[in-house]
Parts: sequence; C-alpha cells; structure tokens
Amino acid sequence: MSVLAADPTYETFVLNMGPQHPATHGALRVKLVMDGEYIVEAEPVLGYIHRMHEKMGENRTYHQYLPNPSRLDYLSAMACTHGHVATVERAAGIAVPERAEYLRVITVELNRVSSHLLWLGAFVLDLGGFTPLLYAMDDREQILDLLERVTGSRLTYCYFRFGGLYNDVDDDFVDGARALVKRIRDKMPMYHNLITKNVILRQRLEGIGPISAEMCRKYGATGPVARGSGIPYDVRKHEPYSVYPEFDFDVPVYEQGDSMARYLVRMDEIEQSLRIVEQGLDKLPEGPVMAEKVPKIIKPPKGDYYCAVEAARGSFGIRLVSDGTNTPYRLKLRSPCFSNVSLFGEAARGLLLADAVALFGSLDLVIPDIDR
Amino acid sequence: MSGYFREVYDGCKSLLVGLGITFRYMIQPVVTLQYPRQAVKMAPRYRGHIDLIPDAEAESGNKCIACGMCQRNCPSGCITLKSEKPEGAKKKVLTGYRLDFTKCSLCGLCVESCPTNALDFSKEYNLAGLQAENFVFDLLKRCEERRR
Repeated sequence: MSVLAADPTYETFVLNMGPQHPATHGALRVKLVMDGEYIVEAEPVLGYIHRMHEKMGENRTYHQYLPNPSRLDYLSAMACTHGHVATVERAAGIAVPERAEYLRVITVELNRVSSHLLWLGAFVLDLGGFTPLLYAMDDREQILDLLERVTGSRLTYCYFRFGGLYNDVDDDFVDGARALVKRIRDKMPMYHNLITKNVILRQRLEGIGPISAEMCRKYGATGPVARGSGIPYDVRKHEPYSVYPEFDFDVPVYEQGDSMARYLVRMDEIEQSLRIVEQGLDKLPEGPVMAEKVPKIIKPPKGDYYCAVEAARGSFGIRLVSDGTNTPYRLKLRSPCFSNVSLFGEAARGLLLADAVALFGSLDLVIPDIDR
Repeated sequence: MSGYFREVYDGCKSLLVGLGITFRYMIQPVVTLQYPRQAVKMAPRYRGHIDLIPDAEAESGNKCIACGMCQRNCPSGCITLKSEKPEGAKKKVLTGYRLDFTKCSLCGLCVESCPTNALDFSKEYNLAGLQAENFVFDLLKRCEERRR
C-alpha cells in the first residue's frame, strides 16, 4: 500500500473492476484504490478460471495433451499449439516435412491477423466506439471461415500434430488465402482513416499509460507491449524456429511506450503477417504434410527442453522435463499475458480510471492465458 | 490561437471521414446470415461430434472391431465401449458405443487412432438441451438410424 493510501487523513476508497467487467474480457478482477477519479494502487487478482493445464500435462500422454494448448490463448490458438508441438518434436527428435512447416507458418500468421482484428474491435469498443468492432469482425470472419475449411474448427484448432499436420490443404485454401490477403490489405487504409486518424481516439491514447522499456524488462513483458516501448524483441527474429528465417518481414517498433504506440505496433503487425502469408503461399513446396515415422507412443529421452514461439501477444514458451516415460514429468507454460498483466499495477498508478481502461485494452489480455 | 482552430478543423475532418466510411458500409450488401431462419453451410471438414460410419457390407452394420483404441486415446474419457465375444465366434462384437459429448473437446484423436476408419465427424451443430443426458449419444443406435 502506498504512503498516500495508508494515511488515515487522506480519503481513498476501494473499487473493484471485475471479475465481470466489459473491459476485462473475461473473469479478471482488478482491485483499485482510488483517490477520486485517480488510481492510487491497482492490483490484478488472478485465478478465477484456473484450470490446471500444467497439471493436466503431467497426467496425460503427449498426444492427449494436444487439445489443451489451444485453450490457453484461444484467440491465437495456432501459435500455442505450435509451441507445444515444437517442444515435443525437439525433445523426441521428430523431423517435420517442409510443406508442413510452411503451412504452420501460414496458418499461424493468419491466426495472428484474426487475433489482432478482434483486439482492434474490442479495444475500440472499450474506448466507446462500437462501429469498428463490426467491420473488424466481418474481416475476421473471412479468416475463420478459411481456417475452418482446413482444420474443421473455428477457434480451438488442434491442427498441428507431432511431425506434421492433421490434414493437407487444397487449392481452394491457397486461392482463398490470396484473396484474403488482398482483401485485408485493401481494408487497412479504411481502418486507419476510421480509427487511427480519429481525433477522439488519438486524444485518448497519445501519452496515456506510458510503459518504459525498463518496466518491460523488469516484468518480462514481450510481444507488442515490449515493441511499443522500443524493445525490438521478437522470437521469430531472435530465436528463429520453424521456417521463419526464410521469410522477409520487419518487426515494427515504436519508441513512445504509450497506448498509441502499442496500437500502432499491432496495426503494423497485421500488414507484416500478411506479407509472411503471401511469401509462404508463393514458396509453398509440394510433398507430404506428415513425417513418415512418428511413434504412436512418444517417449522423449530424459532431459529438459524449452521452445518458445511468438504468439499474437508475445513470447509463448513451453518447458518440458521428461523422465523417459510416456507422460511429461513437468510441463511449464510460459504465457505472455501473465507477464503483460503484471506490469499493470505499476503502469496504472496515477492514471484516471477511464485512461486505465485504455491502458488495459492496449495490453491485449486474454484471461485464460493468464490463469491457465 | 491558430493551434486551436487547427484542432477544430482536424476534429471536424476526422468526424466527416468516419461518417463517410460508415455511410459506404451502410449501402453495401448485408453480410450477416439470418440464423436460425437461414441454415449455415458447414465446411466438409467441420468437426462435430463423432459418428460411426454405416457399412452395408459388414454384418454388424459398421466397421468397428471393438479394439478400444478410441477409448484409450481419448483425453477426456468420453467414450465407453461395450463388446462381447459370442461363443464360437472368433472376433469381438460391438454391443454398445456411448459418447458423453459434455466432456468432448473435439480434438479428433479417436477418429485418427481408429485402425479400421470406422468413425467420422457429424455435421450437426444445432445441439441444445436442458439436461446433460441430452448430450450422451448412443452411436450404435445413431448408426442404425443412418443406415435406414
């Protein structure tokens, strides 16, 4: 508790934001100590939807855990599953065919665009603009339809398997993805005219909720939050995995560290992801999508393995400790949103309540990813 | 002072640009579907709950050999098989296939692990019920109904 709030002559009150609050997008409670309209202390209270995913990982075989990672960050489920299969493949020494790797990158990037589009709509909705949500949902729907045609599912895909993919794509997917890239690229100027250049949005975001690079390092924030504070950290560039080194893309970085910077990072990321999808479709090799010899029962050799991927919200990593049996000894999930929400308490200090909502939205938190 | 007027001008301009965009959207064709009056067309690979595939050639009406791979591989334990070995017969015969859809997470591991490809995904998505029992399916009975 701060000196101000501890002083009995100074009148503060406690306000609960959540567990059910439109701006928290799930069951997250933020305990706020308020001085009038200003925040003195902010403390996120976690754990309302804790589901023991790490413990489940210790009790299930490697194959049986496949549906779980998509339930963490359900908005970029592809990336979470990618992290899981990549770790187990690294541990068990399974090689993945090139076509499967390319398709993984394409679907993960499409999923990232859909995740950012949903964030865009929900973020502007938090700030009081309803219309952009509908336009963003319309575009996101096209991506979901495309991914549903391939994976059979709209949100929790469970598309990747150890050693490859669940099934191959057809020509319709390639044509559909090309049309989609064109459609969203054509729509981006519209979004910038409608949202980015809007004077109300600019005044609500510029200079609001500054997060320094120092704070990001202290709390381990990654993804667009760190890149909005001038840290050019992207797992795809720094610890390349899959076939990302073959792709030409930029990592958008903004120095300002305010909510507007994080907003712009994500808007630029949509365009970069579209570039990756386009290159992936051009380079897509022929061949199988599943490795030939994948053991039915996976028993990785004893050891400690870690693999991180760049999910839509930051670095998602899985640490796997294997004792040589068919279930992991320990499966630690490093989720980006947990680190990103940790800095909220410090960043929100001294902000107006309405500005804290803008800061909260710009962190792009997914609550099941925090609670796991 | 000029900064103030500049701000007013920019504000008015961004307002008009936004209104122009929403107006253009207003005169575009409707993108939503009038569910439930209109049916949603499901993708061929859509993963609904699992179903036994009817097989006209097999004596039992399906390809299941009651090996229990699906039951063992299911992460949530939602499949219960019943089988018996009639006297004199060489193979086991499936007598009951119960799917508890309330626990299913639609991962499709059962379909993949089936050695005889006896399972597929149904295209049903209009599932609603008041009791949990509404989501416990007897797949053998459903298979019989599909065969007719």
